[in-house]
Amino acid sequence: MSDTETRNERVFRLSRRKALKGMAVGLGALALPGKDASAALWESFFQKNFRELSKSEIQDVVSRLEKEYSATYGKPVKVKTTPPMEGVLYGYGLDLSRCVGCRRCVYGCVTENNQSRDPQVHWITVLRLSKERGVDLEHSERYYNPAKVPEDGYFYMPVQCHQCENAPCTKVCPVQATWKENDGIVVVDYNWCIGCRYCMAACPYGARRFNWKKPGLPAGEMNPDTHFMGNRPRPVGVVEKCTFCMQRTREPDGKYPACVEVCPVGARKFGNLLDPASEIRYVIENKRVFILKEELNTQPKFYYFYSV
Amino acid sequence: MNSRRMQVLTLFGVAVVLFLGAVAGHAGRREFWLTPPKSDTEEYMVPPPPFTEGIFPCSECHSGMKPDPRRRVLKEEHTNIQLKNHAEHERWCLDCHDLKNRDRLRLVSGEQIDFNHSYRLCGQCHGDKYRDWRMGIHGKRTGEWNGRKEYLLCAHCHNPHNPRFEPIALKPPPERPENIR
Repeated sequence: MSDTETRNERVFRLSRRKALKGMAVGLGALALPGKDASAALWESFFQKNFRELSKSEIQDVVSRLEKEYSATYGKPVKVKTTPPMEGVLYGYGLDLSRCVGCRRCVYGCVTENNQSRDPQVHWITVLRLSKERGVDLEHSERYYNPAKVPEDGYFYMPVQCHQCENAPCTKVCPVQATWKENDGIVVVDYNWCIGCRYCMAACPYGARRFNWKKPGLPAGEMNPDTHFMGNRPRPVGVVEKCTFCMQRTREPDGKYPACVEVCPVGARKFGNLLDPASEIRYVIENKRVFILKEELNTQPKFYYFYSV
Repeated sequence: MNSRRMQVLTLFGVAVVLFLGAVAGHAGRREFWLTPPKSDTEEYMVPPPPFTEGIFPCSECHSGMKPDPRRRVLKEEHTNIQLKNHAEHERWCLDCHDLKNRDRLRLVSGEQIDFNHSYRLCGQCHGDKYRDWRMGIHGKRTGEWNGRKEYLLCAHCHNPHNPRFEPIALKPPPERPENIR
């Protein structure tokens, strides 16, 4: 063995490939939670997609979240994972001839569903449309602010998630963090969402909202009755949307969604599309029903109607 | 050969009976999520009627007074009640309020009803609205979508003497994107 060969074997020589490998490993290790990070951080780091969790894993996740939220908001917080009820397909009716555009639904929703107060996040947008033009979204106004509503010559159209049967938003999600449940509600797994906002681009109703900042939710205003895929406090950088108040409706004695309860003119109707005696079926069978952007074949379960 | 055919026929018969039985059983089963049918006599859950404070019972004042059935403009009492937007030239107090029992309302048939059944009075003319209201379409209904529901009386939203829905104040508009930081 010549001197050169021996030296080559013994001396550490840094090749470009080795250097890059080392840097990648080092940076990767930095991104991991440190050793004094709490166990919860590790657990959330390795948490699977909600649909892949076993029953015991769901238990663990829920108890971890409940502990975390209870500590943050200083009161006992319940995180439910109630599954869809059998024989139920939720449907929603909105009476365009009654709505006066008072925006009570917008703020009722914020209170119930723990949206961020600052920066402001609203799941419902109320559009003002002129009676002359009809449903012409390009000429709609969402910042109207008269002293009293309704105004002469205008009607109002609240828009929120339409819970489409053929939902474009779930198809574009690259990580399958959003999907349609069996009762028709389109949900988001906030722990699995990577915040790419493809779903927001895909939604023809502009119904999804992004948490650009850590949601500002005062502890006193926090609603402790939450659902895992619904109104639990969201982290920064995830997409959220209306879930027909699943924490209220997905119960054996299911309350109406908050927006239905708060509407002062009773323009909002909610019920089971599979129940022939429900009010939503009565609306569909007896009233003039209008589906927003029907031509896109999204098949919403949100029906605008005219009761007169 | 014949017994084989008999066997097949018997099996087929049993299968048909089982299938029909299953269908009948399924149809007869009432699922918990379905709205139970409502009978005509059943009460609608309503909160107490929206009386002006201290005005009810009416008999407190009226019991000592002699009823006057003549149509006239009231000069001394109830002057704040103005009949408006509601066929005021065709109607007056005693079309809806009972002459003899002031604590009750009066239907066209002469039947007396309580104030918390006033929807029957309004339903005499507004039959389409009454039908929608009972279904929970006209007006606000709260409670449980798959259970007990609470109604509001017509008078909770419409002033019975001036029923047109008054404009209401609105909540602030959303923040413009440029102001959200």
